[in-house]
Amino acid sequence: MTQKKIPYQKIVVTAFAWFIGVAIFFPILWTFLTGFKTEATAIASPPVFLGFEWTLENYKEVLDRADYFRFFMNSVIISVGSTVLGLLIAIPAAWAMAFVPGRQTKNILMWMLSTKMLPPVGVLIPIYLLFRDFGVLDTRVGLVFVLTMINLPIIVWMLYTYFREIPGEILEAARMDGAPLLNEVVYVLTPMAVPGIASTLLLNIILAWNEAFWTINLTTVDAAPLTAFIASFSSPEGLFYAKLSAASTMAIAPILVMGWFCQKQLVRGLTFGAVK
Amino acid sequence: MGKIHLKNVTKSFGNLQVIPPMNLEINEGEFVVFVGPSGCGKSTLLRMIAGLEDVTSGQVVINDEDATHVRPARRGLAMVFQSYALYPHMTVRKNIAFPLKMAKMSREEVEKRVTDAAGILNLTPYLDRRPGQLSGGQRQRVAIGRAIVREPKAFLFDEPLSNLDAALRVNMRLEISRLHQSLGTTMIYVTHDQVEAMTMADKIVVLRAGVVEQVGSPMELYRNPVNMFVAGFIGSPKMNFLYGDFAADRSAHAIGIRPEHLTLSTQSGAWKGSVGIAEHFGADTFLHITLKDDTLLTVRAEGENNLKHGDAVYITPMDGRIYRFDENEILLED
Repeated sequence: MTQKKIPYQKIVVTAFAWFIGVAIFFPILWTFLTGFKTEATAIASPPVFLGFEWTLENYKEVLDRADYFRFFMNSVIISVGSTVLGLLIAIPAAWAMAFVPGRQTKNILMWMLSTKMLPPVGVLIPIYLLFRDFGVLDTRVGLVFVLTMINLPIIVWMLYTYFREIPGEILEAARMDGAPLLNEVVYVLTPMAVPGIASTLLLNIILAWNEAFWTINLTTVDAAPLTAFIASFSSPEGLFYAKLSAASTMAIAPILVMGWFCQKQLVRGLTFGAVK
Repeated sequence: MGKIHLKNVTKSFGNLQVIPPMNLEINEGEFVVFVGPSGCGKSTLLRMIAGLEDVTSGQVVINDEDATHVRPARRGLAMVFQSYALYPHMTVRKNIAFPLKMAKMSREEVEKRVTDAAGILNLTPYLDRRPGQLSGGQRQRVAIGRAIVREPKAFLFDEPLSNLDAALRVNMRLEISRLHQSLGTTMIYVTHDQVEAMTMADKIVVLRAGVVEQVGSPMELYRNPVNMFVAGFIGSPKMNFLYGDFAADRSAHAIGIRPEHLTLSTQSGAWKGSVGIAEHFGADTFLHITLKDDTLLTVRAEGENNLKHGDAVYITPMDGRIYRFDENEILLED
């Protein structure tokens, strides 16, 4: 018999990977399941896993109480808007840092990253007051702006890493071939950088979609995205777990679907440079 | 037409001057090779001519027009890079056509020129492939094709053969020389390989630490090197240098003799020594010989000889082939 022997090590690694995968996914699964329970089953002890009576009651109530579509559109506008604006600023910035680095380029990059180390709540009051004075509280424009600023360091870093991988000689070759700057960018650089730009775009949409601190604190009604929609179903008293889970499921579903379809691009983007 | 004139050009990175003021004239149709050890500034010089590197001071004049501040795209020069620098997302056809597209040439003209270039370089079967599907030699030919289609004023080659294996390098060397003969366009070629310099150049520029040591035809440099650096750099195997008594006898600080200008005998001769290593190349044998005072000498001998390690030999330098140098390593005139 020539049965192929599976190495012991491989079994352990595979089992471990599955364990980690399930552990990470479990909260999402639990939220999904809880959305279909009654409020009473949702808090039952011991918890019920699958053997409960499935109900759509929570979804019905959530949709009755809030205009899901409006929150959804706000989320789309804010995440896509801040990502596009971010890319417009970050592409030239990353370009300059990758291809014409100056003496301070490294320091600027570190400084940009360091802004991400500050706890956002530290600047909540000043930002809130600025928003109030500029009259952009609870506006999509205001949120697009603040999320662009929040995520800009990450976009610049990702693009910078990507552009660094493109050999400068190819750009010089384009210059020697008579290409003015615009053509060099359009015909040579962009086609080579498309995978990088795409994964940066995807990741940033996800980050902006899930951003809760600023979106909840700077909005009330008009510009409130899905994060605020979820938060509105948590209350200090009464039973709300099932409804909260239903709302959460509805809020993360679109981004989950998008992530699922783009996972190849995302993984490639996030591990770029690490595996070459 | 391609005449390039460097007038007092210098290059500094920060406070570090890598190229002190340099003057150089390259005439129409010449094949000029910049040669020197790595870090001597030869690539920087080429990139300054291309416009890819700013000139700190001085002028780059192309065809009697000051091109010092003209963008690379506007200088009308074509460059072949060491890494080939092909556009990975374009087919061979598009790579070669790119400069023509940038020049806004008509579709028929582009098609004609690409077909012609592909024919000259034996690339016709590969026109629809991407660079990633080609071998090193083929990629190099695509890079050359991209350079020749737009009929530049001059070609700039930046160590184009150093990524190829030895056999292919010899072939490409011949192809580039042949191309130069058929096109008659000015070519500037950078290499650290003195064999490439000797075999291809009309004019060699030997550089050391950003300074032009000597300019001349290959045989001029071989026969009349101005100093020990050029003498040692040009010629293979390298010139032997002897100091001490050997030099003092001829009232010099050092003397130099090429391996091919030494005669070998087992009976008698000027200097006695013993064979260290014998390198047999078939046609020639290079013998590494130790003289008194542990002075080492390379001698080129006929291919088929039976000398081996430890054999005693006598060596005699040929008349008129001894170069004498002073303390500053400058050639002394007889």
